[in-house]
Amino acid sequence: MTDIAALDPGVIPTTSGQKPVREVIYRHTVVVRITHWINVLAISLLLMSGLQIFNAHPHLYFGQYGADADKAWFELTAKGTADKPQGVLRLAGLELNTTGLLGVSKAADGSPAIRAFPRWATLPNDQDLGTGRRWHFFLAWTLVINSLVYTAWGFLSGHFRKDLAPTRQDVRPRNVWRNIIDHVKLKHATGEAAKRYNILQKFAYLAMIVVVLPGVVLTGMTMSPGIDAAWPWLLDLFGGRPTARSIHFICANLIVIFVIVHVVEVFLVGVVNEMRSMITGRYVVPQEHA
Amino acid sequence: MSKLIVSRRGLIATGSAGLGGLLLSGCDRVTGAPSIQHFIGHAQSLSLNAQRLLLRGQPLAREFTAKDLSPVFKANGSTMPDDDAYHALMDGGFADYKLKVDGLVGTPREFSLADLRAIPARTQITRHDCVEGWSAIGGWTGVQLSRILLMVGVSPQARYAVFHCADDLEASLDGSGRYYESIDLFDAFHPQTLLAYAMNGAPLAVAHGAPLRLRVERQLGYKHAKYVMRIELTDRFDHMAGGKGGYWEDRGYEWYGGI
Repeated sequence: MTDIAALDPGVIPTTSGQKPVREVIYRHTVVVRITHWINVLAISLLLMSGLQIFNAHPHLYFGQYGADADKAWFELTAKGTADKPQGVLRLAGLELNTTGLLGVSKAADGSPAIRAFPRWATLPNDQDLGTGRRWHFFLAWTLVINSLVYTAWGFLSGHFRKDLAPTRQDVRPRNVWRNIIDHVKLKHATGEAAKRYNILQKFAYLAMIVVVLPGVVLTGMTMSPGIDAAWPWLLDLFGGRPTARSIHFICANLIVIFVIVHVVEVFLVGVVNEMRSMITGRYVVPQEHA
Repeated sequence: MSKLIVSRRGLIATGSAGLGGLLLSGCDRVTGAPSIQHFIGHAQSLSLNAQRLLLRGQPLAREFTAKDLSPVFKANGSTMPDDDAYHALMDGGFADYKLKVDGLVGTPREFSLADLRAIPARTQITRHDCVEGWSAIGGWTGVQLSRILLMVGVSPQARYAVFHCADDLEASLDGSGRYYESIDLFDAFHPQTLLAYAMNGAPLAVAHGAPLRLRVERQLGYKHAKYVMRIELTDRFDHMAGGKGGYWEDRGYEWYGGI
């Protein structure tokens, strides 16, 4: 671990004097890199085991109670005949035909099966709530412990203060606006600006760290009858177990959206350089006319 | 340097292909391996111990008011036991019903419904949480299990209360699908742990477990055994049925249903 830091080359002078200087910085510390990749694995499998659990009762409610006879604001279900079922997504009165993906999808033998999320998206693939729960809670502990390590380190090392806290310059409307335009034009930072997170990055990362991930963990805990007895304030905070379950699902969707944008940006900015920086720590600073 | 980068690229490609393969192909063969299942199962004891720490003061589950009741309380699992002896009891309005309490107790006893009703009752309006994810709010009246346990006397070796039920959820001929459940004495002595004989002010309906069902409010629905015929105090349950301490536990659910 220490040798990576020791080997950090900083600015590398090139052998031929003509080419522009290839500047390499040590971007991600070992704690950030390890917790990042544990998160990748844990969140992927949490999502898949979560979809398995959702499939056991694919209806979401708001309030203190919610079951078959109560009004769901979101559901993935099926209608039509038993031999020709049609998958349906219902969202606040809207109805979409989602046959093949949601509500009705292919069973292991290829025949149409009634299940909310398809078998390729769930862990395990077959309908098995007990195993899905075992995975989900194991991974939830993994995510929580990993997050605590990251958070403690983020404060102690100054990572949050130095790298993630927006500066006064960052939050100037003109700067925010310029960053939005740059992102829309797919124009990426170079030189000094590429060495630090831009305001939209900071906003996205902080939204995940401060709102979405704590939200998904706390709403998950609110679904536990044992935790509700110990910490009844959770029920007041979220407005009931069914509401917490709905928010848990919404948070999971926000995480998926974040990951999609995050991965798209990695590819747009340069997948090799970005991946290298998250694996080895080293990042080649993109130059203006490189 | 370039060689190093190539190997890193190779690493990245292999890593992402491996991860993608694990996630998108039929990964059940890998993730379902007994050793992996055994390993991830350790998190369950972590959850149990963490919750026991938080619940050490025996706080009550939230209680609601009559205006919070679910308009329809979903009846799940068995809604009509198939057992002949049960039907004979039901036809007689459960007048001949006797709850048997035995095992590691000072004095085994039998309680008729009239006996149970003569014991001071507790009424509570609580939320019922199904493992599947739905919730319903209902009102329950019954005897605190702790009162029954104090009346029969719990032997020092006893650790669990096992509830033997009248319903055969799998309709098996050999009785291997007979419903049963178990809780430990920590939950058995909790003030909200009831043997309920009434629901929402009316005698307990058959669909909800008449004549007597368990309420163990800080755990999920499958722990709340319906049609309770016998309570056995024991120091272990690995010799009963599938050995996991309950009908659903024998079929893959965790013994601790607080999460």
